[in-house]
This record gives sequence, structure tokens and C-alpha cells, in this order.
Amino acid sequence: MSVNLTLLIVMGALYACGIYLILERSLTRVLLGLMLLANATNLLILSTGGYAGLAPFFTKDTPAADYNDPLPQALILTSIVISFAVTAFMLGIIYRTWVLARQDDIQDDVEDLRVAETPSFDAEDDAEIPAETSEFPLTTVTAGGREMPAELAAAEEQPGSLNLESGPEGGTK
Amino acid sequence: MNIASLAPLAVVLPILGAALTFLLIRHSRAQRAVSIGLLSLTLALECLLLASAWNSGTAAVTIGGWLPPWGIVMVVDQFSSLMLVVSSAVSLAVLVYATGQGMADGDEDAPVSIFHPTYLILVAGVSNAFLSGDLFNLYVGFEILLTASYVLMTLGGTGPRIRAGVTYVVVSVVSSVLFLIAIAMVYGATGTVNMADLALKLGDLDQGTRTLLHVMLLVAFGIKAAVFPLSFWLPDSYPTAPAPVTAVFAGLLTKVGVYAMVRTETLLFPGDTLNTPLMVVALLTMVVGILGALAQSDIKRLLSFTLVSHIGYMVFGLAMSSVAGLAAAVFYVAHHITIQTSLFLVTGLIERRGGSSSVDRLGGLAKLSPLLALLFFIPGMNLAGIPPFSGFLGKVGLLQAGIELGTPLAYALVIGGVVTSLLTLLAIARVWNRAFWRKPEDAEHPDPVLLAGPSGRAAGPGAKINTVTLLPRTMVGSTLGLVVLGVALTVFAGPLFGLSDQAARDMLDRAPYIQSVLGSDTAVPATVTGGGR
Repeated sequence: MSVNLTLLIVMGALYACGIYLILERSLTRVLLGLMLLANATNLLILSTGGYAGLAPFFTKDTPAADYNDPLPQALILTSIVISFAVTAFMLGIIYRTWVLARQDDIQDDVEDLRVAETPSFDAEDDAEIPAETSEFPLTTVTAGGREMPAELAAAEEQPGSLNLESGPEGGTK
Repeated sequence: MNIASLAPLAVVLPILGAALTFLLIRHSRAQRAVSIGLLSLTLALECLLLASAWNSGTAAVTIGGWLPPWGIVMVVDQFSSLMLVVSSAVSLAVLVYATGQGMADGDEDAPVSIFHPTYLILVAGVSNAFLSGDLFNLYVGFEILLTASYVLMTLGGTGPRIRAGVTYVVVSVVSSVLFLIAIAMVYGATGTVNMADLALKLGDLDQGTRTLLHVMLLVAFGIKAAVFPLSFWLPDSYPTAPAPVTAVFAGLLTKVGVYAMVRTETLLFPGDTLNTPLMVVALLTMVVGILGALAQSDIKRLLSFTLVSHIGYMVFGLAMSSVAGLAAAVFYVAHHITIQTSLFLVTGLIERRGGSSSVDRLGGLAKLSPLLALLFFIPGMNLAGIPPFSGFLGKVGLLQAGIELGTPLAYALVIGGVVTSLLTLLAIARVWNRAFWRKPEDAEHPDPVLLAGPSGRAAGPGAKINTVTLLPRTMVGSTLGLVVLGVALTVFAGPLFGLSDQAARDMLDRAPYIQSVLGSDTAVPATVTGGGR
């Protein structure tokens, strides 16, 4: 299979420009990049068909090797039609973005940002479990210089008294 | 006449339906009848195909009478017909759900009237991809379903959907371009795009070229299947679409990618050296996906992340390339299509009943609607892999195959699979605790719909004007149907595993596939699978 250098260089240039363009934030440029990529691929398919031969109309005396390979061209035709449809749809979307947001840029995902900003602390899951969860606590705490059972200390807690840690349910603040 | 020769109808019927519904665009009732009728017919046909593939093995249909290495063939084997049946059953249920939603909301006209034709085109594309025995026709199938999915994704053209649609379209187009490049390279290297023919000819290439083609195809399919490093687009774009659309995307589109990966691995490049990277990728997909799910508070996004995570199980089964692993993967694909779709449908119902799909705004649904709770609970437990459900059976199959393989990496995957399963349970349990179990008053920002109580049916006929039916019977019915199908997969897991096993054997053997396409006297070189290593 002979190689057509011009085709390859053009293909490479199209790929390079296409990749550069789809990395932009502007939607129109992304679309142009996609079109370039699609066309570069069409050239790639074309080059797989080998050198340009005769048109594939059957005549008796021509040896089979002289014909051009028609299959890549059929593939290209299909891929052109598909990229046409996609381009039309993308244009529609870009127009709609413009109508809605008056801008041509790719926008950030709101929910993504929200999840990223959510603190790792979750009130329901991560709240500190009070040390004493039993209804009949046996612990004593030191409050105001004397030892007393924890539930009495909680009941005694008043505004102005030495603030104890608020219990799970009691502990008026 | 051979039943398998009816295979093209699985593509033609939905396309015909799309044309008819497009003509009937102003008559929504006729549109509904046509699309549901034709899809049911397709499903019945595909059940026949499955039966024929089960009884008489793989069969190939040449399209237009062009003989195999040149013309397009459609291949009906156990795997493709099983995929067809499951996907059509799921898409029928989603279609009924969507029409129910449309009827309940009373939006009889635009833009929803475009839904039916587009949806049927999507189904046709999926069927085409499953049946195709030709690499380029597979590409066309992908493009049909993708183009339809672009329209469905941006249905209504609201701001968030357009934003998500842009990402989705660009990523899909890039993956399609990669696929097309791979096809061009394959054609340049071998001079054919027929998959059976390729299976013979790719073996003659030197190792470097083979690996290049193999990696190109896997990357292209990996984007579509949302395998870990290439999965970023999925949780970003799926949740914004309407509930039925997300459901059908989640069920079908990624699985078409998985299907294509299975074909690549088993038919085109059997016994190749990429199993180790695939296993690593599978492990990362499972773990990273499920960790993403734990961070979410929106049920749809959470489910999208579990979708990514569970693709890892299928890739795991595939990467072992042993009969046991592949059979489990086939079973898991069938199970996951059903379960993931029903979960998304239920989420749609939750959103209707509770006014939101964020767990911060929901609460007390178990009391408000016990049926809804049941509908969520069963597929939820199924997804997490709680015995005796099919999710458990599929995972056990995968883990057994992994232990059988016995390499350190396989053990790592087995552990990863168990951890992922537990984390899935945690994610589902969080949704359950918040949305269903706690009191509505406990929600951080309860949605007004949730607190309003049952809609004003009792308030007399005058109050009906502004109320929408919160849980329309059609929507609940179709969801219930899918949940029951998911349970049926559990009940009939024995025969189904038998079928998957047979499918896996045939795929690894390759001879049934190649000989059905290229004639029974084709010599099939023995594959060099060293026990899957």
C-alpha cells in the first residue's frame, strides 16, 4: 500500500487543530474542533483504501487490483452524514445556550460545586454521641467543687451557675 | 423458514414505529398506541429469537443477500438475543411509564410529542448494536442510539439540561471519533470490517499492531461504558434528564458499551495481554464509583455513581476471560439493566410524590406511600447484593470465578467487590433512612409537596383543577412490572445462569460465531487463552 504524504500531513494538521479547539471553553470553538476531528478521521479512512485506482465499475478486461477500493468511500459517506447530523444538533444546542444564558461558554455544574463545598461534617451522621447514653447514668461529675451524679448536675444547671456540658436531652442552656 | 432470519425486524420494527409516530405527531393517543404496540411486537419477536438461539445455537443473517466478508451480517447468539430481550422489556416498561407521566401531567403536545419517535429510534439503535456482526455497522448502531439520546437528553431545552447535554454530546462525539479511527486502522491493517472475518485475520498481525487496535477499541467502548478514568461524564449528565430518559439511559446505553467490550475481548482479541490492565480498571471503577455515590445527596446522582461503580463488576467478569467469569458477567449485565432502570423509575416516582429527589428535602415516605417504599426497597437491596436477590447471585458468581482464578490481583478484585457491595448497601441505606424512615419534619429543608399531604381528592370536584396525580397508576404499574421482572431474574436464576454459561462457552470457543457467519467449513484457530491469565 503506497502512502499519500499530502493526505497524511493534512490529516495530522486537522487532528492537531481539532484537539486544540475542543479543549477551549467556547462552545463554537469546540464545535469547530469536533468538525475538524471528524474530517481528519475521514481522511484517515480514505488513506486506508490505498492508492487511487480506477473507478470501481466492473469491466471485463481490468484486473481486480487496478480498481480503487470502494469500501472506505462508502464508510466516509456514512460518517459524513452522521457528523452532519451531529453538527446540526450542536448548532441548535449552542443557539439555545445563547438564548438562555447569553454566553457561549461551557458552564460549571451547579450540583458539582455544591457537593464540593459541602463540609465533610454531617449533622446527622457525624454529631458527637454524648458519652453517657444510658438512662440510668452511674457517672459522677465534678461541678462547683463537689461531686454529684451527672443527672443531678444537669438538672441543677441554671443560667449563671457553672456551665456543665449540656446533656443529650436535659441541660437547659 | 428459520426464525433467526427475522432478526433484522428487531431493528426495522422500531424504525417503522418511529416513522409512523412522527406522522402521527398531532395525535398523541394514536402515537402512544403505535409505539407501545410495535415495541411489544418487537419484544415478542426477540423472545422467539432467544428461544431459537437457545435451541439451535448461533445463526447469522446476511442483509440484502451480500455474502459475509463483504456484506453486513447480523448475528443472533445467546448473548445478543438475551441482551435484546432484556433491553426491549426494559424499554417497553419505560415507555409505558413515560406515557403515563405524559398523560398524568396533561402535556399532550409539544415538545413531548417528539419523544415517541426519538425513543423508538433509540431502541432501534440499541438492537442494531446488539445484533451487528460488522464493526462498522456497530458504529452505525452506536450513532443511531447516540443521536437519539442527544435529543432525549435535552428534551425541553431547559438550562440545566442544555448544560449537561453539551458535556454529553461532546464526550460522545469524541468517543465516536475514536471508534471510527479504530475502525479505519483495523480496516487498514486487515482489509475487512466483518467481525468474524476479523477474528481470523487479526490473529495474523504482529503483536504491536494488535495491541494498538485493541487499546483503541477498548478506549472508545470504555468511554461509552463509563469505565473509571473515562466515566467522569456520566454522573454529570444523566441526572438532569427527565426520569424515564435517565432510566433508559442508565439501563441500556452503558450496557451497549459493555457488550461491545465483551465482543472485542472474546471475539476479536481473545487471549490477549490486556486482562491485567482491565482488572485494575475494573477495581478502580468499582471503588471510585461507589465512593462518589456516598458523597451525593441527590438520589439521581447517587444512582448514577452506583451505575458507574457496578460497571466495574461486569468488566471484572470480562477481564477474567474464563467461562465462569464471563458467564457471571453476562448474568450481571442482564440483572443490572433491570435493577438500575427500576431504581431510576422509582426515583422518578419519589420526585413526584415528595417533590424533590434530594434526600435533604425528603422524609417519611414510607408512611406516606408504603407501596413506593416497597418499590424502592426491593431493587435497592437487589442492587446492594443482599441474598437471595439476583444481585447477590451475580456477585457470588463473579467472586467464585475470581477465587478460581487465584491470582493476587483477582483476590484484590474479590475483596474490592465485597467492599463495593457493602458500600452500595450503605449508600442505599442512607437514602432509605432519610427519604423513607425519618419523619417529614426532620428533613433539613422539607419540600412543600411532601408536607402538603395527599392531594385534594376529598376536597370535592372543584379542587381537581390544579392537582396533578401524585402517583399515576400507569407509572406505578410499569415500575412494579420492572421490579417484578427483577425478582423473576432471581426466581429463574438457574435457567438464566445456564443460558449465560452456554453463551460464555460459545463466546470463548468462537467457532460457533465464526462458522455461522463464514460457513461451517471455516477452520477456527484455537485461542491461546492460558486459563484466563
